[in-house]
Amino acid sequence: MYTQALNAKPDAGEPQLEDAALLEAFQARIDAEDRIEPNDRMPAAYRKTLTRQISQHAHSEIVGMLPEGNWITRAPSLRRKAALLAKVQDECGHGLYLYAAAETLGTSREELVDQLLTGKAKYSSIFNYPTLTWADIGAIGWLVDGAAIMNQIPLCRCSYGPYARAMIRVCKEESFHQRQGYEIMVTLSKGNEAQREMAQDALNRWWWPCLMMFGPPDAASQHSDQSTKWKIKRFSNDELRQKFVDATVPQAHYLGLTLPDPDLKFNEQTGHWEYGAIDWDEFKQVIAGNGPCNRDRLAARNKAHAEGAWVREAALAYAEKRHARKAAA
Amino acid sequence: MAKTIRVNETPLVLYTLRRADDALILGHRLSEWCGHAPMMEEDMALANMALDLIGQARSLYTYAGEAEGGGRTEDDFAYWRDERGYRNVLLVEQQNGDFARTILRQFLYAHFADLYWRAMMASKDATLAAIAAKSEKEMAYHVRHAGEWVIRLGDGTAESHARIAAALEDLWPYTGELFEMDASEKALVDAGIAVDLSALRERWRANVKAVLDEATLTTPADGWMQKGGRTGIHSEHLGHLLAELQHVQHTIPGAVW
Repeated sequence: MYTQALNAKPDAGEPQLEDAALLEAFQARIDAEDRIEPNDRMPAAYRKTLTRQISQHAHSEIVGMLPEGNWITRAPSLRRKAALLAKVQDECGHGLYLYAAAETLGTSREELVDQLLTGKAKYSSIFNYPTLTWADIGAIGWLVDGAAIMNQIPLCRCSYGPYARAMIRVCKEESFHQRQGYEIMVTLSKGNEAQREMAQDALNRWWWPCLMMFGPPDAASQHSDQSTKWKIKRFSNDELRQKFVDATVPQAHYLGLTLPDPDLKFNEQTGHWEYGAIDWDEFKQVIAGNGPCNRDRLAARNKAHAEGAWVREAALAYAEKRHARKAAA
Repeated sequence: MAKTIRVNETPLVLYTLRRADDALILGHRLSEWCGHAPMMEEDMALANMALDLIGQARSLYTYAGEAEGGGRTEDDFAYWRDERGYRNVLLVEQQNGDFARTILRQFLYAHFADLYWRAMMASKDATLAAIAAKSEKEMAYHVRHAGEWVIRLGDGTAESHARIAAALEDLWPYTGELFEMDASEKALVDAGIAVDLSALRERWRANVKAVLDEATLTTPADGWMQKGGRTGIHSEHLGHLLAELQHVQHTIPGAVW
């Protein structure tokens, strides 16, 4: 569903293997808007940055299945149930697609998944919040997928070919998800009082975590510079956040809902909506593992993986038997 | 305040609801796996099959509403009948258990539904025949998917063999009900609307056995068969499933979702 600028520090002791001439030639390709493909030479740091970003994105898709999956069995109509199931299935497809893209950089899916399961790898902070009512499914589609699209549309022009191409397809589906989420919100806001309250409550809870999805403010951002230079990142965290706010505030007004930000105001001069202070302490806590659902999410992924081990072993054992039988025949 | 509905179960309405309930309840069970499957590919596959079944249920409920003639919608049937009003076979409401149990349940049902819908394509009821044409294609895939897994689990490791063998033993007594027909169904068979389920049973058994043989599993003999679902006498599992499925509509009744 979503990639997040987590701004982890690069390993300090990483050896710099590239010589200056190679780096320069690589940068020239980037500057010429050339696409880097899996078999091309690339700086180790470029490979590492992308592996981390793409795999975090994949993990986010897979973990993101959990909060929404929480409502599949309780969806309030068969149409909603089918749509939600299809959506969560899409997220899984995105995850698989992205793991495959990450694998083109030389790290296996098993290794990447292992990093998620052991808690070594990060995923988007937003999925560590709970889905408490049906309206949360609307709010996630509208806001979380909306924020994801803001982030991912520029990634369609990312310098790394497999990631950029994956994003084109992913963005098409996300855009459908976003409209579906908004349509849930429209239905709720036109509904009875209990439904309108549910919609407002969901917006209240998801708004700020969604603004955090864009990552730390530019002033505190440590290494988007290199990502920008390599054209992995095309816009800064704050630029994307502002785009999201500008697009979303009128949509909330259309729904007749109030954004939970008393400082929110439209600036006639700049044409932008100005928003209040984001609680970055909360963000840091969630990233550090202390969000309301971090433990549950990882536990659920680990449980599925552990309980599925015998199934994967059986499939492997059968494949080996079949291979041996063929060889003997 | 909306409350549980009482359906006017004419033979055609009842017949349609039975098939719709089979599809919805099994689809719901499969959907419970989403995000928790043994591998991501299976998260996708199980969700996909759940979607097929929920789609079939929706078409069938809509048709039941038309056949009943009281303006009822798919959601009226799904959300406003209790356990005693549901008409699905007991097999589909059985809990997921482990992956072997889920796969075996799917395998037994899919082999039935594949033959059933293929035969129903010749129904004189044009709507049911059209639903059959779509459903048959879907069930043919479910047959392949479940069968491939039955073979892998049966002929995989000692553990997987033990698990799928246990599932087979536990679930086999629920297969007889798939072929049950009461007087109201027999009348529809005579009218060319329904198919004679007893005529499908040998084919079903042969198809199932062929896969079980390859999976090194022993096809059980038909002993005592559990039944009751078609008349609303269910296992204890269905009530919990429905409590979850119907929860939101029952909390805020009369709303548009």
